[in-house]
Amino acid sequence: MSYINKPKVAHPSLPTNSLGLTRRQYEGSMSTLCAGCGHDSVTAAMVEACWGLSMQPEQLVKLSGIGCSSKTTAYFVSGSHGFNSVHGRMPSIASGANAANRSLTYVGISGDGDSLSIGMGQLVHVIRRNVNMLYLIENNGVYGLTKGQFSASADIGTKAKRGETNSSPPIDPVLLALTLGATFVARSFSGDKAQLVPLIQAGMRHNGFALIDVLSPCVTFNDHEGSTKSYGFTREHYHPAVEADFVPRAQEIAVDYPAGEAIPVSLHDGSRVILRKLDPLYDPTDRGAAYNYIENKLKQNEYVTGLIHIDEADNTEFHTLNRTAAMPLNSIPFERLSPGSVALDKLMARYR
Amino acid sequence: MPSLIAEANRINDFVVKFANVNGTGSASANSLIMKAIFRMGVPVTGKNYFPSNIQGLPTWYEIRVTREGYAARASHVDIMVAMNAETYAKDIRELRSGGYLIYDSTWPRSALLQRGDITVIAVPLAKLVNENFDGVRNRILLKNIAYAGVLAALLDVDLTVISALLSESYGKKPKLLDSNTRALRLGYDYVKENLTSPLPLRVEHMEKTRGHIMIDGNTAAGLGCVYAGATVGAWYPITPSTSLMDAFKGFCERYRVDAETGERNFAVLQAEDELAAVGMVLGASWNGARAFTPTSGPGISLMNEFIGLGYYAEVPCVIFDVQRVGPSTGMPTRTQQGDILICAYASHGDTRHVLLFPANPEECFYMAVQAFDLAERLQTPVFVLSDLDIGMNDWMCPDLKWDDAYQPDRGKVLSKQEIDGLEKFYRYLDRDDDAIPYRTLPGTSAKGAYFTRGSGHNQYGGYTEDSAEYQVVLDRLKRKFTTATKYVPKPVLIGKGNNSVGIVSIGSCDGAIREALDVLMLQKIEVDYLRIKAFPFNTDVEAFLKSHATIFVVEQNRDAQLKALLTLETAVEKSKLFSILSYSGLPISAHPIVDEIRAKLAEAPRLTAVPR
Ligand SMILES: Cc1ncc(C[n+]2csc(CCOP(=O)(O)OP(=O)(O)O)c2C)c(N)n1
Ligand code: SF4
Ligand SMILES: [Mg+2]
Repeated sequence: MSYINKPKVAHPSLPTNSLGLTRRQYEGSMSTLCAGCGHDSVTAAMVEACWGLSMQPEQLVKLSGIGCSSKTTAYFVSGSHGFNSVHGRMPSIASGANAANRSLTYVGISGDGDSLSIGMGQLVHVIRRNVNMLYLIENNGVYGLTKGQFSASADIGTKAKRGETNSSPPIDPVLLALTLGATFVARSFSGDKAQLVPLIQAGMRHNGFALIDVLSPCVTFNDHEGSTKSYGFTREHYHPAVEADFVPRAQEIAVDYPAGEAIPVSLHDGSRVILRKLDPLYDPTDRGAAYNYIENKLKQNEYVTGLIHIDEADNTEFHTLNRTAAMPLNSIPFERLSPGSVALDKLMARYR
Repeated sequence: MPSLIAEANRINDFVVKFANVNGTGSASANSLIMKAIFRMGVPVTGKNYFPSNIQGLPTWYEIRVTREGYAARASHVDIMVAMNAETYAKDIRELRSGGYLIYDSTWPRSALLQRGDITVIAVPLAKLVNENFDGVRNRILLKNIAYAGVLAALLDVDLTVISALLSESYGKKPKLLDSNTRALRLGYDYVKENLTSPLPLRVEHMEKTRGHIMIDGNTAAGLGCVYAGATVGAWYPITPSTSLMDAFKGFCERYRVDAETGERNFAVLQAEDELAAVGMVLGASWNGARAFTPTSGPGISLMNEFIGLGYYAEVPCVIFDVQRVGPSTGMPTRTQQGDILICAYASHGDTRHVLLFPANPEECFYMAVQAFDLAERLQTPVFVLSDLDIGMNDWMCPDLKWDDAYQPDRGKVLSKQEIDGLEKFYRYLDRDDDAIPYRTLPGTSAKGAYFTRGSGHNQYGGYTEDSAEYQVVLDRLKRKFTTATKYVPKPVLIGKGNNSVGIVSIGSCDGAIREALDVLMLQKIEVDYLRIKAFPFNTDVEAFLKSHATIFVVEQNRDAQLKALLTLETAVEKSKLFSILSYSGLPISAHPIVDEIRAKLAEAPRLTAVPR
């Protein structure tokens, strides 16, 4: 297999964003995933989201671990640097990269195996560290790349393609992130682009760690009768609780939302998320209530989707706590980093 | 005359060992004595033998007063300050014949402390301190200062120098200064009034420490990282590397915080484990910051998978391995050079890594800077293989110097203009025929974007499973390692270079070998000594191995790892190499080196004067 480059001939009639770029210019190399794989829909949503944000391609950094899902980073925005690291360890690469340059937008893409088994420790700690990034899990309940073993997100009672039944309880990344105090937690479905795209955009603009768990069916190993992560099952048990519309900075809110139903939340860069509660009982700003709601629905086999929790007032983002200089650390001139000979000569007195 | 030869004149040439209980605050008293001697112009070394425990277990501190300026452990004890009744039996056994034992006679232990060939000096320290001070903790601390006073009197240490040191420490706390000064005088005056002093082993002013400092290697390495312009440090605490990051942080707080805004030009990430720590370093370096992680053996074991990624994806990365005793958890507070092979070949598949071998704290400082230059020039992980002896003990070193003309070597990183000038950017192409490709940093330009991966890739940066394409990259990586030989520091030769017998060694063996060379010289045995400073080995190493008929490879591990690496990576004949190994966990001393070389060469009768 060799490197496949998609030809990028922009059709003159294709719509452009404020940078004058078409959607095609946000694409990456050709996907090598199975036809129909949910992960490819996430790729499409990423393209749409970045185009819609008028993201400068070089301002985006794509990071991933290992797995079919982790390959996604190669399939969108080829004008961005990408780092396909080792299995389960993307969060540490992201943390270091973000420490070095706080001015770029970081998107990490992982799988349920990558994040909830081998990489569980790193996921937990990157949430705790509150690194400013979007962390998207393409959750299919199996290890796709190693041919269909159950992952830690497999539900009790779900059936593998070869027939065994899973009996261990699942780890739910949404409940996990809520427990750990993440300030942006969402769930979506790869088949619902309309819901997913604004979530991605809001997650990229959120100041701090943003997690989106995307149910992303594996057509090859987990899309059969008896699976709880198949397209069919997900569609049936999908429970949107809060829709989120993303309104970029400087853009007027175009739609009129009936009062009481819409909650506008301002993001730190001036853009806004308009939350619309589809379930009047739901309050996305109350972390504890969100947790109980999700857990109860899970017990009823319902996947609550949408922007489950957001807290824009939080200021525990890594660089904020570290009081890191505004200028990216990787660009500070050497003269300002190295104290010089006079300081060293003076320091020597301490060691006599 | 070297101190391995027992002789009458013992002025400025003896070893004092302090036996204490961990957590009783003895460190400040011990370093008070050491610093005072240093300030009298007399070379000293300090070695700390501490337990892997916070409070209660025995701990020892050894000061070698060495007018010759030897850096190694002495392997004998002249004066034992026995302050831990639990270890009296062991401590008294360790004393050299003719030595002195100082103990707290508040509780007389004449039966236990009997040995015909030593002098026992009894001082009722606890009694003196309890009569003069209040408070349990206070008394424990001041008893240490009181024994420092005893030693000052016995060794003729200049009291004005000690007073100056105390004032510097407690200048801003007059109460503490007063109690410490009084405690010091208690011990001092007791000796002057009740005992004969000074001892024949004593200190006299010299002029040999001017332009020198006493510093440990971790402090020097942390400082080196600051001077090298490192901005990201990631770590997971592990003895004996922890104080390296403590030092880096401390210096950054001093030099890297904007006085007005409080903004910090650095980030220290305490990772969840070493795996994450090295991942952070790779992420930060990939993104254009100078980043590093300090660790020790167990951390290196964990980091292996990521180190292979750094090698194959060609990401700069600086790792300080402050080696301790393995295998496994081993003896965390003892020293060894046991990570040579795991670092040289870390991770699965064909990998080879650049290693630097500092011999003392001074080199930790300079090699820290070199490590970043090498990592960025070569786009690969670089290890600085220090050890506990260098990292945590106080060594006398020449003042650290900084050349303000130094500019970091950031390697082949393309700017936006340079990228714009290219027809197309290819990440892994060998454009300069030196096997080092060009890289770009995120945020620079969409045209320079590329995809970094540890999976098979071709020279253009694309994914591949094609054998030929894969091999092109793998072969270039091998050539890159050859290129590295031109950049790594050259070995140091001591001796004429034309002797038939040679010693080859690395790192902290240096002090013991230099001392051994002096002793051998006195016995008319002339040996050349080559201290290797880096792996890959360069042509000077090959030449030395070729031109010497018998070569002793001195190292501090059981399995002769340096020797193994030499046989794997050079053309040397294995049968010419003889190992001298020390792996007790204590720093190597000159003694076994002299003995083993003499035994092997069997040229002269054994010297009875060599003390045990
Ligand atoms: C250290 C290590 N162990 C095992 C593997 C093999 N491996 C590759 S991908 C994978 C599981 C991926 O599962 P997931 O993250 O859910 O991704 P998916 O393929 O389902 O999208 C495993 C076990 C590996 N690459 N590295
Ligand atoms: S195996 Fe499953 S997860 Fe992997 S590409 Fe195919 S459908 Fe997608
Ligand atoms: Mg999966």
